[in-house]
Order: sequence, then C-alpha cells, then structure tokens
Amino acid sequence: MNPNLTLVGQLIAFAVFVIFCMKYVWPPLMAAIEERQKKIADGLEASDRAEKDLELAQSNIAEQMKDAKAQAAEIIEQAKKRANQLVEDETQRGHAEREKIIAQGHAEIEAERNRAKEDLRKQVSALAVAGAEQILEREIDANAQSDIVEKLVAEL
Amino acid sequence: MASGYEVKDYIGHHLTNATMCSTDNGIAFNEACADAGFFAIHLDSMGWSIGLGLVFLILFRSVAKKATTGVPGKMQAFVELVVEFVDDNVKSTFHGKSALIAPLSLTIFVWILLMNLMDLVPVDVIPKISGIIGEQFFGIDSHHVYNKAVPTTDINVTLGLALGVFVLILFYSLKMKGIGGFTKELTMQPFGHWAFIPVNFILETVTLLARPLSLALRLFGNLYASELIFILIASLGLAQLPLHFAWAVFHILVLPLQAFIFMMLTIVYLSLASEEH
Repeated sequence: MNPNLTLVGQLIAFAVFVIFCMKYVWPPLMAAIEERQKKIADGLEASDRAEKDLELAQSNIAEQMKDAKAQAAEIIEQAKKRANQLVEDETQRGHAEREKIIAQGHAEIEAERNRAKEDLRKQVSALAVAGAEQILEREIDANAQSDIVEKLVAEL
Repeated sequence: MASGYEVKDYIGHHLTNATMCSTDNGIAFNEACADAGFFAIHLDSMGWSIGLGLVFLILFRSVAKKATTGVPGKMQAFVELVVEFVDDNVKSTFHGKSALIAPLSLTIFVWILLMNLMDLVPVDVIPKISGIIGEQFFGIDSHHVYNKAVPTTDINVTLGLALGVFVLILFYSLKMKGIGGFTKELTMQPFGHWAFIPVNFILETVTLLARPLSLALRLFGNLYASELIFILIASLGLAQLPLHFAWAVFHILVLPLQAFIFMMLTIVYLSLASEEH
C-alpha cells in the first residue's frame, strides 16, 4: 500500500485519456446531440405551425361553407321565385289566349250566323216574293209592289 | 477456494499486486521488489487500468466517429445517455465555461466505473487464470503469480487520479484568480485580518490538500473494503454462494455510486477553484 511509480503511470495515463476524450470523443458526440436537439426543436416548431395553419384553414373552410350555403339558398330562392313567376305568366298568357280564341270563335260564330241569317232572309224574301209573284201573277206588277216587298224583307 | 493453503495466505495472495522493479541484477518481479520503495510499478494495476481506459475511449470514439444526427442506433443512444448524464451534472454544478470539465468528468466517471466493475468478476477467476498461465508458460509457482484485477483497490491508481484533479484545481485557481487572488484566498480566509495570516494559511492549505486526499482515499477505501469482503466470502466454501450474490447485488449500487461521487466532487472542486468567493 506504499505509493510507487504506478501513481505516476496512472497520472500520465489519466492526462492522456482526458486529452484524447476532450479532443476526439466529446466534441463529435456533443455536436451530434446538439444538432439533433435543434432538429427536434425545428420539427416541433414546424408541427406547431402546421397545426395553426390547419386550424386557420378549417375556420376558413367553415366560413366559406357558410357563405356558399347562403348563396345557394339565395339562388334557390330566386329560382323558385322565377319559376313561380314563369308559371303565373304562362297561365295568364294561356288565359288571355283562351279568351282571345273564345272571343274569336264567338265573333266567327256571330258572323256566320249573321251571314246565315242574311242568306235565310234573302232566300225567305226571295221565296216570299216568288210566292207572292205566283199568287199575284196576273194582277200585280212585281215592280210596282216592290216597295211593299222591301218593307217585308226589312221586317224579317 | 482456500484449499491447500491457509486463508490468510489466500487473502494475502489476492491482495498483492504484480510488481516490477529495477534492481542491481536487472529487472525483478514481485517478492524481489519488497524493498524497491517508490521505484516499483504495479503491472496489474497499470495493465487493467490502461486497458479499461482504452475500452472506454475506443468504444466512445467509435460511436463518436459515426454519430448520426438522425435516429441513433442502440449503441449511440446508450453512449449519448451517458454523455448527457455527465453533461447535465456538469452544467448544473459548474457555471463557468470550460471545454475541459465535461470531457474530464466523462473520462473520470466511465473509467472509474469500468475499473470498479472489475470488482464483480469472481475473485478467483483472474488470479487462477494468471496462475495457470504463469505455471505453464513461465514455469513460476502459481502462488507467486499475482494479478489484482480491480485497479481502484490500488491506492496508487486512486491517488494518481486525485493528483490529476489536484493539478487541475491549482491550475483553475491560478487561471481564474491569478497568483494574487489565489494567495489572498489562502491567507485572508476565513479570518480577514493580517494577524491571522498564518492560521488562515494552515487552515486553507489543509482544506486544499484534503480535497485530493479525500477523493483518493474514499475511492480506495470503499473498493478495497468491498474487494476484501468478496475475498473473505470466497474463502467460506459453499456458504459463499448466497452471501456472494447478496454482496454483488449491493455492489451494483455501490460501484457506480463511487464513480459518480468521484466525478461530482471533481466538478465541485473545480467549480470552487474557478469561482470568486
């Protein structure tokens, strides 16, 4: 247990080992560790940022969705209104058309009837005249009594 | 086992270092070096201690060389765990900036831990193998072949480490405070009056010298005692098995703790040396 040269040898070995460790072991290990710590920190930061971005995007989406829904509702509303209007317009036009056609029909019928009446009247007057002519062949001059026939025709 | 010769001899054999010295008749070994005094060297202590130091450096260097900043492998993760453990302790204790303290602490911690861990190798294995090799290849009686495998049970080894730390304590004291500041610290504390200078000087010198001595003796005492008890247990015959197991389990705690204490105290001493009070 008495100290001897081993002590000196140990001291030298100690110094050499510490210097070697200081030069070749510690710096690369520490550099690797610190580099990785930086990487991890960057990664965490990036993920935080991404999360924030995502949140923002989601709120944007929600807002846009709301806008889009409102717009869609408006468009639908307008379309409905327009459809109603169209239907109403068409109905009205149909009605008008019908009225017009009916009126035309009436007018035509009226005209036809008038014409038929006229014809009938003419034929009746002609018949009457013919009848009267046959009855009064001998004693009445058709021309002299034509004013009476005219009168009769007008009365028909 | 204590078969063939006395337990006392058995213990003595296990606690003797393989010694080499230079005498008038050339290089001599072991018993021939009994009165070589300071000029002898413990071959086993030096061999194991330098070998284990190389294990540490080669292992850590090989990891450091291919250290990746990406996902580390298992080995790198383990080495980084140790490095960060040491770095945390250094950063929490030593507040100055120094490129030396952290690698110094790492070296101290891992090297001492490795040397301490030799304590867990069954006490007979290495002396027995050494004895057989000595007998077979060198024709020496195995009772005269020594190999003490735990370097930290050699006061020379622990004192060598502590002296290294002591040199650094002096270096940092002088570097940070200058010769004047260091002298003032040695003479004007704890009593700040000129009349107390001799008293202060004695007190402060004792304090200063107690640091490396306590470092060396604490480590040596703990490891020597534990090794001695391992040997005593080993001399018990079959009863050694449970005892040996219990003692070894206990040392899973003690051995890293001693390495850690040596490292922490080194950091604390160097921190004290480089700070103004």
